[in-house]
Amino acid sequence: MLNYIWGGMILLSLIVSLFTGRIEETAAAAVTGASSAVEISLTLLGIMCLWGGLAKIGERAGLIDLLARLLHPLLRLLFPDLDKQSPARGKIILNITANLLGMGNAATPLGIDAIRELNRISPKPGSATNAMCMLVVLNTASIQLLPTTLLSLRQTFGSSAPAEIIIPIWLTSICALIAGITAAKLLERRYPL
Amino acid sequence: MTQISAMAVPAVIALFIGMGLYKKVGVYDCFTEGAGSALKSMTGILPSLVGLMAAIHMFRASGAPELLADFLSPLLSRLGMPADVLPLALLRPISGSASTAMVTDIFQTLGPDSLAGKIASVMMGSTETTFYTVAVYFGAVGVKNTRHTLIAALTADITGIIMSVLITQWLL
Repeated sequence: MLNYIWGGMILLSLIVSLFTGRIEETAAAAVTGASSAVEISLTLLGIMCLWGGLAKIGERAGLIDLLARLLHPLLRLLFPDLDKQSPARGKIILNITANLLGMGNAATPLGIDAIRELNRISPKPGSATNAMCMLVVLNTASIQLLPTTLLSLRQTFGSSAPAEIIIPIWLTSICALIAGITAAKLLERRYPL
Repeated sequence: MTQISAMAVPAVIALFIGMGLYKKVGVYDCFTEGAGSALKSMTGILPSLVGLMAAIHMFRASGAPELLADFLSPLLSRLGMPADVLPLALLRPISGSASTAMVTDIFQTLGPDSLAGKIASVMMGSTETTFYTVAVYFGAVGVKNTRHTLIAALTADITGIIMSVLITQWLL
């Protein structure tokens, strides 16, 4: 998909620039864009490493297990079909927790582990069960407690209050999450397995 | 509000290191290990970032965003969304690296503390790369019939995009 978007964006820019008479500026912009990508990566590198290192400490210190315990009641609500003893439960909880803590690299393999387990116990392999749909929706609308990349980026560009966006992000994420869960719950009856 | 937000970062750092020491984790070794993998993922995304930033700069230099914004301005003004944020809203569910590049571009040209910069931050922080996520998860187990997943996930995205505009204007 990105092949078409990327290619289309460049071609569209060149075609539009013919009409707006900015063809030279547009061609020059390719070079400035490319070099600014490198500059930004360099300035971001330090902050990203800092957060990556801290996240690793949190992971080792058992923060995931701690949060996972708090999330158990929520899981009963979202995955009512899931057996209490099912190994999928623990995996789903770990996936949600890693998302909350902003450990995207850890969250995806954990989530894939969880959906494999859900697929194994599915009555109709090849079709998404309600639980699988809910898991994916939770992952596309996950709340990140500390959006570290964004904070680094805001700091890099000299924001006077880089962290002021955190609470608005929480509120917006909660709205999006509630909308996603509600839609999933309402629609699961209209799209039978 | 701003103060609570500002306390989140030091609180998390204190919590992580405090808990690490309490649990007798080798905090420094752990830190360097995590920083190393962050370094690797950062160099991993550099090629795509270069390609995408070049395309975004070209797109902006061509004058296309102004045309697009003119065309959509009645809709945007009703919502209160600055025209500069529109491309981000359209790309967000499709590509994570493209939207990172887009946010960076908004910060660079308008600043992170501008209205567009704030809305872009909230939008970026509260939504996910939906198409990628759906593809990765269902691809991993070979599910072909995804039923209502995409509609529900996109409902969440659209809500996030609209609410990021409203909540930012309300709170910041």
